[in-house]
Amino acid sequence: MKDPLWVRSGLIFLTVVFFVVFIFLPLVLVFAEAFKKGWEVYLAAWTEDAALKAIELTLITTGIAVPLNALFGIAAAWLITKFSFRGKTFLVSLLDLPFAVSPVIAGLIFVLLLGSRTPLGSWLGTLGIKVIYSTPGIILATIFVTFPFVVRELIPLMQAQGREEEEAALTLGARGGQMFWRVTLPNIKWGLLYGMVLCNARALGEFGAVSVVSGHIRGETNTIPLHVEILYSEYNFTASFAVASILVFLALITLVVKSLLEHQFAKQERGDSF
Amino acid sequence: MKKAVLPGFGLSLGYTVFYLSAVVLIPLAALLLQPFDLGWEKFWKAATSARALAAYRVSFGTALVAALVNFFVGLMAAWVLVRYEFPGKKILDALVDFPFALPTAVAGVCFATLYSPNGWLGGWLEVHGIHVINTTTGITVALIFIGFPFVVRTLQPVLADFEKEAEEASQSLGANRWQTFARVIFPAVFPSLVTGFTLAFSRGVGEYGSVIFIAGNLPFKTEIAPLIIMAKLDQFDYAGAASVAAVMLLFSFLMLLILNGLQSWANREPK
Repeated sequence: MKDPLWVRSGLIFLTVVFFVVFIFLPLVLVFAEAFKKGWEVYLAAWTEDAALKAIELTLITTGIAVPLNALFGIAAAWLITKFSFRGKTFLVSLLDLPFAVSPVIAGLIFVLLLGSRTPLGSWLGTLGIKVIYSTPGIILATIFVTFPFVVRELIPLMQAQGREEEEAALTLGARGGQMFWRVTLPNIKWGLLYGMVLCNARALGEFGAVSVVSGHIRGETNTIPLHVEILYSEYNFTASFAVASILVFLALITLVVKSLLEHQFAKQERGDSF
Repeated sequence: MKKAVLPGFGLSLGYTVFYLSAVVLIPLAALLLQPFDLGWEKFWKAATSARALAAYRVSFGTALVAALVNFFVGLMAAWVLVRYEFPGKKILDALVDFPFALPTAVAGVCFATLYSPNGWLGGWLEVHGIHVINTTTGITVALIFIGFPFVVRTLQPVLADFEKEAEEASQSLGANRWQTFARVIFPAVFPSLVTGFTLAFSRGVGEYGSVIFIAGNLPFKTEIAPLIIMAKLDQFDYAGAASVAAVMLLFSFLMLLILNGLQSWANREPK
């Protein structure tokens, strides 16, 4: 049963209009503004020192936050899907917390715990460790905001796979490590990668939480999104959009990789059922 | 409970609990203890100052309107993407996640530029007397963008799985197309619409990056609650920041509770 032609074309038209206004226009605008003053200005914007520093800090942050969250995701999903224990429901509901908490609050909690005026922060200060307004704080805030992504992907996947394959491996004499590397990991690899891609996208672009803990020290504690903000507030629009275009480009790559992985997923599922 | 034969219970439990405590529970406790540190009276004063109250209104109000818009736009987009075939559909489908993948600050500067008086859209709208930049309308525009994927992505699988039989049955019983939609399809997808609405709403309440550039941040008018927290932190008023944050958290949880209740009610209704 099909909708009448006028309904179909009307709804398609309205949807396309929405996409144009809310998604295509911003997308085109970024590149139009970034290249307004030509290639040279564009390249200069992201080879300038502060921009390179920001790229470096973003790479360090995601390079630490994403693997840690992946490791946590595997451990937590293994715990939740293969065992039953008290407090499991509470644990699972904790995993949604970052989605309900404002990023600004996510940054705030680390300032309240580890800022230089708090007992813990001043103690760390005497040891010469600075967390807030420094790289460790940025990494912590990023981890908080992005920790659910991997585990959220793995739980339904591992739930569906059950425990038979692992139990069979153990019965056949595999040790725990062998079971993990030969059975569990191959089974979850696409889901794991998918979760890491989402986690990475969010970690690259996190703004609110990182903004609170960074202290905005130019060339030192600025990530790429913070650098975009600073350039913009200095009315250096072309440079701001030039740096932003890197992030847009990465976002588009994320979407492509995500679609490819979803395709891979569908293939794996079909393979399993035959 | 069957005794677990699989290895790694102790290790995964230990690691999970350690990680969650270090990254989530202990820092959150630091926030929730702060108001006690301050004393009830000061906490109440900081949390309910006129400026803070206005900011809660802006944050919750705009998030609510944006989530409502997404309720309908998301339903339409999911319907179009699941039910119809047209050229370019795959690209639109992939771009649904663009607001999620795009860093919020970039979305923020884009919208601020698009809707500025000499921007691509702003100029045209100003002529027609519609002001977007530095108004709550602007905040709502940013939040519609941010919340869009939530409604579409929760709805798509449900719409795709919807039994064609129920639709055909309603048709053969003499219902017209609109009646079939209103009486058969809509009630079936309503619970997941509410879920998407809830997700978009709670994301919108706390949203910061995409909003601050277009909002203009005028106290009492377009200042959002997260910005109040920022401002207090800039003045090293930790306790004040924590008070506003605690109220926001409480509000968010209450709203989620109410909406969860609404959702289980929506789930039960068709029977």
